[in-house]
Amino acid sequence: MNLTLKIWRQKDSKTKGQMVDYKVTDISEHMSFLEMMDVLNEQLVNSGEEPVAFDHDCREGICGMCSMYINGEAHGPDRGVTTCQLHMRMFKDGDTITIEPFRAKAFPVLKDLVVDRSSFDRIQHAGGYISVNTSGNTQDANATPISKHDADEAMDAATCIGCGACVATCKNSSAMLFVGAKVSQYALLPQGQVEATDRVKNMVAQMDLEGFGNCSNTGACEIECPKGISLENIARMNRELLKATFKS
Amino acid sequence: MSKFFTSSIGRKYAMALSALFLMFFLLQHFAINILSVFSPNAFNEASHFMGTFWAIQYVMQPILIFGVMYHFIMGFILEIKNRNARVVKYAKNNGSANSSWMSRNMIYSGLAILGFLVLHFIDFWLPEINTKYIQGDMSGLLADGEGYRYYEELTHKFVNPLRVGAYILAFVFLSLHLMHGFSSAFQSSGVSSMRKEKLQAFGKAYAIIIPLGFILIALFHHFNH
Ligand code: HEM
Ligand code: SF4
Ligand code: FES
Repeated sequence: MNLTLKIWRQKDSKTKGQMVDYKVTDISEHMSFLEMMDVLNEQLVNSGEEPVAFDHDCREGICGMCSMYINGEAHGPDRGVTTCQLHMRMFKDGDTITIEPFRAKAFPVLKDLVVDRSSFDRIQHAGGYISVNTSGNTQDANATPISKHDADEAMDAATCIGCGACVATCKNSSAMLFVGAKVSQYALLPQGQVEATDRVKNMVAQMDLEGFGNCSNTGACEIECPKGISLENIARMNRELLKATFKS
Repeated sequence: MSKFFTSSIGRKYAMALSALFLMFFLLQHFAINILSVFSPNAFNEASHFMGTFWAIQYVMQPILIFGVMYHFIMGFILEIKNRNARVVKYAKNNGSANSSWMSRNMIYSGLAILGFLVLHFIDFWLPEINTKYIQGDMSGLLADGEGYRYYEELTHKFVNPLRVGAYILAFVFLSLHLMHGFSSAFQSSGVSSMRKEKLQAFGKAYAIIIPLGFILIALFHHFNH
């Protein structure tokens, strides 16, 4: 199929960017969206132009690197997928596709479609871990019994790949789905209890510091999240913060 | 504790709390208004009680005024903060693909309600305060002393079709506001999703029935005059 692409081009974080039109031809519907971008970039390189910079790594939907806001949705029109898992069969011959970087004050554009998501890393550093000595004295996995229900919910929360689609999608650029998932994955397990109070307080404080917006419960994030992280995790984070506030 | 209330989540709790209080108030207001359709007498008695009982006047009324003010001022603050959290807007954004119109436009439905509240204050609240606390007439009686004045005043207000139209429009926006707001308030307060499914159905019913009821009451008095 033949497509018209409207892509955000921006030289670096200091320069103003703009949308630029490109044409690609003979795109197979079996290609992934990133492969289509590779075709475009090959074309650009051959004609001596600067290729479009975009983030990617695993290309199998597990690393969370690939981003892009495609036709007004994070990771494009398909559900439960990252951009590397989005297939060109979701589009039709002759379509015009608008491709923008994830937009949020806390995700500044570095170049073209590449944004700086290190604000997520800093939130993780603020408390998204447990402090245990793992060198040489690994415990038996079954030494601490955990109910199946809690284990499943913790695992669901832990599938968050930190891609930032929730922030990009949210009309308020809120990071609460991401932080809710990270808080929940420990809040549900006994290993997470020791640091629970500080964890939720510090992570929420860091989230606010980074300039993310406030959740309005529109639910857009859970629809666009490639891992189907549920809003329930935000409710749990709110409860955890309330608990932590009363405890100290 | 002070840190909690200035955190993003603390603000959400406070917003939800003020909204829950407003929804409770709305229910009570509705219960009294509906009396005006069935029994002018009962409506008069209830209005007089609400308008003169000290706990309502000096405790609940200030809490209500604070609640409304807090709610819309915090609504504006959150809206400004949220807008600032995205400096460059998307050239193309497909909001309807993942969220309801109501949830994305709380500020506009809220503004419509605020406009209505100004009209409502001028219509009912200011005259009440004037009669009771400036002229000092706490009797609640008509000028000729023949019975209570509340039902009379109410029916007079709904003669003008323009005012009735404005009331109807405002309640349509209130319905839209609550369509999202009701379940949102529970989600903000951290209520778990298992309980939320039933709450959501209840919330939709509340968001339709209560505003529709207010509209029907206004129409009843308009055509019954
Ligand atoms: C006075 C004018 C009003 C304005 C300007 C206003 C504005 C807002 C805004 C902007 C929000 C969304 C806040 C967010 O980002 O989460 C909101 C939420 C809400 N509003 Fe209002 N509102 C008004 C009146 C009312 C009234 C009269 C009621 C109920 C009777 C009400 C019930 C709610 C509810 C239930 C929520 C959801 C709370 C939450 O998400 O935690 N509002 N309002
Ligand atoms: S919650 Fe979902 S959308 Fe948000 S960062 Fe995690 S995986 Fe991505
Ligand atoms: S490149 Fe790793 S998730 Fe898409």
